[in-house]
This record gives sequence, structure tokens and C-alpha cells, in this order.
Amino acid sequence: MDTLSSLADGFVIALTWQNLLLALLGCFLGTIMGALPGLGPSNGVAILIPLAFTLGLGATPSLILLTSVYYGAMYGGRISSILLNIPGDEPAMMTCLDGYPMAQKGRAGEALSLSGIASFVGAFLATWGLILLAPQLVKIALLFGPAEYFALFTLAFATLGGVASTNQAKTAFAAALGLGLAMVGVDTQTGVPRFTYGEVHLYDGIDFLVAIVGLFALSEVFIFLEHRHGSADAEGKKIEIGRLVPSFALLKQCTPTMLRTSVLGFLAGVLPGAGASLGSFISYSMEKKLVDKEGTFGTGDPRGVAAPEAGNNAAAGGALVPMLALGVPGSGTTAVLLAVLLSLNITPGPLLFAQQPDVVWGLIAALFIANFMLLAMNIPMIGLFTRVLMVPPRILMPIVAMVSFVGIYGISGSSFDLLVMIGFGVMGWVLRKLDVPLVPVILGTLLGNAMESNMRRAITIDNGNWLTLIDSPLSIALWSLAVIGFVLPMVFGKILKGRMKMAKEEEGAVSD
Amino acid sequence: MSDRIFGVVGLLLAIGYAWSALIIQESFLSDAVGPKAFPLIIAGVLALASIAIFLKPDAEPHWPQLGRLLEIAAACAVMIVYALALPEIGFVIATAVAASYLTWRLGTTPLGSLATGALTSLGIYAVFHLVLGLSLARGPLGF
Repeated sequence: MDTLSSLADGFVIALTWQNLLLALLGCFLGTIMGALPGLGPSNGVAILIPLAFTLGLGATPSLILLTSVYYGAMYGGRISSILLNIPGDEPAMMTCLDGYPMAQKGRAGEALSLSGIASFVGAFLATWGLILLAPQLVKIALLFGPAEYFALFTLAFATLGGVASTNQAKTAFAAALGLGLAMVGVDTQTGVPRFTYGEVHLYDGIDFLVAIVGLFALSEVFIFLEHRHGSADAEGKKIEIGRLVPSFALLKQCTPTMLRTSVLGFLAGVLPGAGASLGSFISYSMEKKLVDKEGTFGTGDPRGVAAPEAGNNAAAGGALVPMLALGVPGSGTTAVLLAVLLSLNITPGPLLFAQQPDVVWGLIAALFIANFMLLAMNIPMIGLFTRVLMVPPRILMPIVAMVSFVGIYGISGSSFDLLVMIGFGVMGWVLRKLDVPLVPVILGTLLGNAMESNMRRAITIDNGNWLTLIDSPLSIALWSLAVIGFVLPMVFGKILKGRMKMAKEEEGAVSD
Repeated sequence: MSDRIFGVVGLLLAIGYAWSALIIQESFLSDAVGPKAFPLIIAGVLALASIAIFLKPDAEPHWPQLGRLLEIAAACAVMIVYALALPEIGFVIATAVAASYLTWRLGTTPLGSLATGALTSLGIYAVFHLVLGLSLARGPLGF
């Protein structure tokens, strides 16, 4: 009952005209960004952070805007998967498998609206999961001292590469790089400058917004320049939408699938290191094993469209649980959302639930609102969103670059930050070429200072005894999980990644 | 090969980082750990990861041809000039030029790119400055 009344309070906060408009705007922009190949949810949120920041929006309105973008992008990713067989973002890869064959059979409209409904079910159930699970996790988090937090941060980094990671050395490299960048600036505890090399601009550290926008958005522009990939993927293809509303029988057939995969996706999202891509992958695989008796999966089975979409949207909601309750994000986009919170001076974690319940419950209410808006928006406006796919990257990419510059310049008004951002763009491009994941870099710059101060606090409390870090049963458990989480992908990563690829290629062979 | 070079560069980076950490001036008032310890741990992780990358390289990534590399370098140069020129000549002109360049390099026709660049710049100016009230760089002409 407590939860329900808090939720009602949240709705009171979220249901103002301004917030509703922001949610609408966020959903709309998010869907467009998700739909455009090359602009995933992380990118979309990253570009809009400076905007929310410079508009002078308060904490709750900015969060409402940006989480709407997050959910919207998760919805939008499926559009190009279904119509063009090109995933708009990584989690939407599995939707290609049955979505594109359905579109080829002239049932694109049905596939789009069905996946819209599946996304809604997944996200809706996951938001309830968030409401039920996050407060429980907060209770556990209250037992954490600085040493446990240090272990928890290590756990987050160790598992960030995910189960599908192939090269853990590169993940570790990326994390260390990010942490190293976070150290730049004046040390908060002793006041001495570190790694500033006499440059005054570096004294207050590297702004992580600059790092995020550079690494994600600008490096994307460089990738497009490299391939001179200037024309739209949709050019020259005729897109037949067909009937828009799925029949009742179809919905009934897909309902059990959607419910099962929502639960599975949510769990995958909550677990560190799994994330939305894995959520949609295991959802699809499980449904294929469970209900695919006639072997229709992969040839345009509606359940094969519903499963990964419900799974990936549920995972997106699940990933918010550790981010809000512990302050430790489990995926790339939630890392970017954490950056939003930190730049608004909100520190997620157990204290957030106790001290700023209006932010938490306002956010959760906003998730529900965004979800209904997206459902309402996605079915009638699908024609508009498909037209977005026609915008060629040669026009879009310069706009992305310029908006990035505007946003960063709007925050600081200094050319120095723009230069740092270009540096991050180039670094992001090189790292992507070398197959080094960028998310650990971001997470490192975000969490570096908190991680260090927790370590120093723990050791200082214990009079300089380093062993205090592995003193309590809780921290020993966290450390062991971290080690397992880091070592396991070395064994299973290749196999899993291979399977994901195989599923995709098998499909390619059938449809071509 | 790329990964081996990457590993060596990473190792050098780690050594440089550790050295920079060692010369941090300690304050006379310090906690039990001090400002050096955590950076040194990071340098250690960086070094270990680099060595692992050096010893077990992945398959060679697909590097672009020299022409494409120059393309990226040129785009960088344009962006750097843009960043420096922004406070001098104002947002609208600088952005129009930079956006025209980028869209031209991505394959728009020369005349088309001038139009696209100008429209991009004016569009962003209208939306972000006039509607949303964001303060953009002002040039001598006031926009």
C-alpha cells in the first residue's frame, strides 16, 4: 500500500502540462532516434542531455524528458529492423529475424503494430517490476559500507563487458581508461591537482558530458565519413505497410509469448552485464524452443516478432533497477542516464529513495506515461516514422555533429571543451575500430571519483589497513561475483556470440 | 598487428600515467591513502590489459584506405577550426560553413551542400536560440 500511495504522489508530480509535453516530445524524438540506423538509445540520450541541462529544466522534468527518449528509442529500434532488415540499434537485431520476412509477405503494418504492442507489454510489466524490486534492493543497499561500495563498483566494471563479450582484456582496458580520465583534476580530499599538466581548464576535471557526446555522437559521424555512407538505406526500396491493426486472434496467439518473454527480459535487464541485447536474444531463443513446433520461426512468425521486442523493452526497464537503487548502471544507456542524474546533482542509490522520493516516483510515473504515449503514438503515426528512414545520413550526420557542438557549447561556453570533445570523438573512432567497448570508458569517467573516495574512506576508517576492503562477508561475496563475472565470458563469450551470429546468418540464407 | 601496436601504445600510456601519478605533489594534510594510490592501481590494470592485448591479439580490424583516413583527419581539422572560430565569427556563419563541409564530404552536390549547410545552421538557430532560448555564440554581427 505504501508503494501505491508513493506511486500516486509520483503521478501528481508527473501530471503537469509541462511534464506531459516533455514526455510527448521525448517519446517522439526517441522513436525517431531509435529508428534511424546509427543513432541508438545511448546516442539519442547523450545528444539531448546538454539540451535538457541548458534549458534550465528542473531535475524531475529533465528526467522525464530523457527517460521518455530512452523508452522511445527502444520502441523505435524495431522499425528499421522490420522494414529494411537493418537493426536501428543492437537489441533490435533479433527482431529482424521474423520481422523482415513478415514485411516481405506484405504484413509490415501488422508486424509494426504487433511489435509496438509487445514493446508496450514488456515495458509496462518491467516498470511494475521496477516498483516492486527497487525498494527491496534499497534495503540490501543500506547494509553497504564504503568497502562494500568499492567492491560493488568493481563488480559493475567486471561484468560490464557482458556475457557476450569476446575480449575481456579490451573491456578492462576501456574501464581503466575511463577511470584514469576521471582522476584528472583537483583531488577532492587533499586539494592537490592531478594530471592537469598546468592547464587551468583541467582543474575541475573532464566533464563527462563532453566525453559522452564526443565518444558516442562524434565518433558515429566519423564512421559515416569513413564509409562515405551518405545515402539512406531506404532509398529506392518501396515500403508496403499493409493493414495496421493486428487481428484479435493474432494478439491472443501472441499473449503468452509476450508475458513469458517480458519476465525473462526483465530478469536479464536487472542482472549486471546482461542488458537489452541479451534480453531479446534469450527471449527469442526460449520462445523458439517452447512454441515453435511447426518450424515457422524465422519465416515471419508473429510470435517471433513479439518475443524479442517484449524481451528487449522489459530489459530496458529492468536495467533501471540497479541504476536507481544502487547507483550502478548495468548497460550503456543506463550509464548515460546516470550521467544525467549526476549532472543534475542527484546521486542515485539508497539515499535517493529516502531523501528525494519525489524524483524517484515522479520518474516511475513518467515511465508509465511515456509507455502509454508511445503505444498511442506508434500505431497511428507509424507512417510518419517510416518516412524518417528516408532522411539520408549525408544530411542527418552534419546535424548530429552540429547539435552536439551546440549542446556542449551551451553548457560551458568555452572552445576548450569543444576541442576536448573532438579529441574524444577521434578516440572513440579508433577504439571502435579496435573493437574496444566504449561503455566502460563512460562508466569509468562517471564512477571513477566515487569509486576512489569509497576506497579511501574505507581504508582511512580502518587506519590505513588495506585488508579492510575484503573484510566483511558481503564484500567477499561481491568480490567473488566480480571475479566469476569477469572470468566466465572468457569461457562462454565466444560460444554465445557465435550463436547470435549464426541465428542471424541462418536467417539471411532463408530470406535472400 | 594492429592489436600488438595497440598493446604497446597502451603499455606506454600506462607507464606515462604511473609516472604522472608518482610526481603528484602531496599535500601536508593527507588521508591514509593519499592521492597517488588509486591512479597507480589504474595504471597497473591498464598495463596488464595492454600486455594481454599484446599477447593475444584479435583478428585484424578493417582499416580504411589512406584517402578515407585523410577524409577523417580533414573533418577533424574543420571541427577544430570551427571550435576556435565559433566565438569570433558567431554561431550562424561558423555552423553554416562547417555543416556545408560535412554534408559535401558525405556526398551532397556542392550547391546542394551550401543550401543544406545554411538551412541546418538557421534551423538549429531557430529551434535552439529563438524557441528554446539557449545562448549560442555571438559574433560581431550579433548572431
